Amino acid sequence: MQAQLATTSNATRSRLNLQATDTLAQRRKFTNNLMTGLIGGSAVLGVSILAIILGYIVVKGAPALNLDFFTKNPPALGEAGGGVAPAIRGSLLIVALASLVGIPVGLGAGIYLAEFGRGRFANIVRFIADLMTGLPSIAIGAVAWALLVKRGFGNYNALAGSVALAIIMIPIITRTTEEILQLVPNNLREASLALGTSQWKTIMSVVLPVARGGILTGIILSVARVSGETAPLLLTVLGNSFASNDLTGPMAALPLEIYQYATKSPFADSFTKAWGASLILILIIGLLSLSVRLTAYLGGPKGRR
Amino acid sequence: MINGPFSGEANGLNGAGATFPQVLYSKWFDEYAKVTNVKVNYQGTGSGAGKNAIRDQTVDFAGSDSPMSDAELEAAKAKCGETIQHIPTTLGAIVVAYNLPNVSQKLKLDGDVIAKIFMEQVKKWNDPAIAALNPGVTLPNEEIITVHRSDSSGTTDNFTSYLNLVSPAWAAGPKSGSTVQWPGGIGANGNPGVASEVKNNPYAIGYVELAFAKQNSLAYADVKNKEGQFVTASAASVTAAGQAFAPTAPADLRFKLVNAPGAQSYPITAITWILVCPKQTDQAKAVALTRMLWWATHSGQQFNEALDYAPLPPAIVVRAEGFINAITVNGQKAFPGK
Amino acid sequence: MCYLLAAAGDLAQTQILIRESGCSVAVQAAKHRRVSSAARVTLNDGRGGAWGDRTFQAVTFTFAAIILLLIVTIFVVLFVDARVALAKEGLRFVTGQVWNPTEGVFGALPYIYGTIFTSLIGLVIATPIAVGAALFIVEYAPAWLRAPVSFVVELLAVIPSVIYGFWGIAVLAPFLRDRLERPLKAALGDVPGLNQLVQGPARGRDMLVAGVILAIMILPTIMSVAREVISTVPGTQREGMLALGATKWEMIRGAVLPYARAGIVGAAILGLGRAIGETMAVTMLIGNSSTKISWSLLTPGYTMASAIANQFADANNSLHFSAIIGVAVILLFVTGAVNLVARLIVSRFGGDTRATGI
Repeated sequence: MQAQLATTSNATRSRLNLQATDTLAQRRKFTNNLMTGLIGGSAVLGVSILAIILGYIVVKGAPALNLDFFTKNPPALGEAGGGVAPAIRGSLLIVALASLVGIPVGLGAGIYLAEFGRGRFANIVRFIADLMTGLPSIAIGAVAWALLVKRGFGNYNALAGSVALAIIMIPIITRTTEEILQLVPNNLREASLALGTSQWKTIMSVVLPVARGGILTGIILSVARVSGETAPLLLTVLGNSFASNDLTGPMAALPLEIYQYATKSPFADSFTKAWGASLILILIIGLLSLSVRLTAYLGGPKGRR
Repeated sequence: MINGPFSGEANGLNGAGATFPQVLYSKWFDEYAKVTNVKVNYQGTGSGAGKNAIRDQTVDFAGSDSPMSDAELEAAKAKCGETIQHIPTTLGAIVVAYNLPNVSQKLKLDGDVIAKIFMEQVKKWNDPAIAALNPGVTLPNEEIITVHRSDSSGTTDNFTSYLNLVSPAWAAGPKSGSTVQWPGGIGANGNPGVASEVKNNPYAIGYVELAFAKQNSLAYADVKNKEGQFVTASAASVTAAGQAFAPTAPADLRFKLVNAPGAQSYPITAITWILVCPKQTDQAKAVALTRMLWWATHSGQQFNEALDYAPLPPAIVVRAEGFINAITVNGQKAFPGK
Repeated sequence: MCYLLAAAGDLAQTQILIRESGCSVAVQAAKHRRVSSAARVTLNDGRGGAWGDRTFQAVTFTFAAIILLLIVTIFVVLFVDARVALAKEGLRFVTGQVWNPTEGVFGALPYIYGTIFTSLIGLVIATPIAVGAALFIVEYAPAWLRAPVSFVVELLAVIPSVIYGFWGIAVLAPFLRDRLERPLKAALGDVPGLNQLVQGPARGRDMLVAGVILAIMILPTIMSVAREVISTVPGTQREGMLALGATKWEMIRGAVLPYARAGIVGAAILGLGRAIGETMAVTMLIGNSSTKISWSLLTPGYTMASAIANQFADANNSLHFSAIIGVAVILLFVTGAVNLVARLIVSRFGGDTRATGI
């Protein structure tokens, strides 16, 4: 059967008068074309969905973006105008603080696992870090509330939100850092050590600089990821209609603002404000994600993004 | 008269809780910041969350239209040290808002039908029970989408208390409370959430505070009151209901106004409170808090009617003043006086 | 960054070498201490090496240990808080169908059911599309198209959940309600058996809509891992089938898919894991109501995550709060278990578990 099919070509077929094979060939061709269509269609569908979602955000969000939107506080409930300034500031503060805690810990742990981690302890940490990357963020928010809102400060506060976000960041940065560092060729380390450089200096001055592109990628992606997290903030920071720098008190945040305007504001311009806030958030995340492309210029191994 | 900043008061307060008065509070605190430079941040998390927050003292004050029960007050004493005070701020109406695209007349409903709708015994808009109350209105042959609260809510508490009183079937079934076992329908978060869902879904019906229905151009039904009159919800009909109950208000002002007597009274009326711990520990915050409360119960009341809330009856205001004066910080009276 | 190993030489000679090569110079410290002291200081600080190393290792070890501390803290806090409710209800916590805080009865089965139902809907919808897109990228796309298409689909993973939820409320739900649910009701309403799937009015807040948004959200995860797995199929397999005259699709079906099947299953399970833990988008679209367990796609319901989001701040008494935390504990276990299984399968069958978005 296979041998017969192998010799198929139109001229051959007609010469050999293979009627039965002809129908079969047609059916196979039809199936092939159908599946090609479906497969191509899947890719088109995937791309289109993204285009549709981003399209809506840009088209509907752009009209909301005026200077007031970026600089003013929200108005009284139901009134038009005002802006999301407290939310923008709040998000920046909360994410910055989370990064301040999460990046060093994640980096340090990743370095440990890559450079020193060969025993059972390291394997356990690796396993746990992997698992933690899949933890539902609401559970982490609940823990942060229990420790820092109910006990801790005794009131809703931005710090608890930052800590929750940091907990989300740490395993991600740890794993990506470790994987990138493992891709740094060993002979670089060996050469440096052979020249008498101590191990820690080797890591800091030789290995890390080489790997910095990939590490930065991992860091930026995790920052982008937590910028959009809502659930932990919902439980811990309460929200604030005023701009605030006080990390020990409630604070606004962009994802919370979007959630509020999307579900708790039936008023005429509520959706517009939600689109606007979504656009701002997407722009922030988009800029972060795109800057990852720029880290390519920093050279070094990249791992898969 | 509180008409300017005060030295020694904190420049910010945090509150959370009921969404029922949120339209009013939001306006109040906007104005208050202009007058005194004190930024009062109030988040609508629902009465249940508000009561929990004041129990845990994770906020400076809470909003609730569901009174704290004796058990809840007991539990709150752990952190507060004394019984949480219920300081009334306004009265409002809970309306049954609906979204019927091709019906322009205002529907009339009574407690029995409303209960049946939310129990999903009346499933379609053109059900005979609804048609009987609305002769001459062409009702569509569509299934009713009911919307209720998914969060612990004072609005739910008052609404179901009303249904409990007027519908034996309801009293035997879901009963009343801040959360009940709804037979079905969509659960939305907060009064604004319910208004959102009703607005976005044709053939939906839900219970919301009047201001939310009005501000979103939602149609709402006239409800039959205790005297048999179909009353339209308004600041006036709420005031009438309030006046019927004010004389019998208990000392701690934890009472409900549903199914008020009086021909003009709107039957699904609620009072809402700001909950505070009378034993404050932070001087600056206590001063700011008491001044804000005084302003709300006095100057703030001028904003109520325009937003379709009813002002507090004068007798209630007097009692509220007593509560505010009783708030102490470190043993001393907190309120610095007018 | 280059190294120039300079053997010996006097200072002047070495410095010329440094300048010409543009590299940092490392010199055999032991033998040539007197040479190029400047270069030596920057790199070659042999002094205090052992002490520095130990401190460095200790510091990074501490950071690694923090991870263990975190997971232990998370588990301890959640378990301690959940203890009361779990002890009271026992197995009924996961089998009981009634969740009534007022009466102190907590059966989380409706939440578990909602989680499974919506995640399965998402999985069933997303997997074929994801695998199709992955096949396109690996087998059909010209080289220049591969990276852009991958990139674009993986961008879906970067969009925050709350924005998916909002887009769902504003765009997807009304669309599905009017264009899919109503016609579906009309079509299946009278078909015995199938009409169980469409009980109840078309609300736009139900398992179906939540399932669809989940499908969109897990699509990039599944696609990314599937793409890895499919690209590890050896070329020899492919070429063999093509040489025998198979069409492209037959080659895929006969050589690629069987080889990649286990890995694709792993990818799907990974997607499932993500769907189960998803909170915001689902909370905004699932209706948060009705604890009736029903086959209907049009039932509003809860998932475990949405129940926690809704009731966390509301839990009035310690038993109710404990029950909510209990749901969080179950959620943690289920996501952990599913993710674990997925990673095991995928790593054993040649994929990379580090899909975007994780």
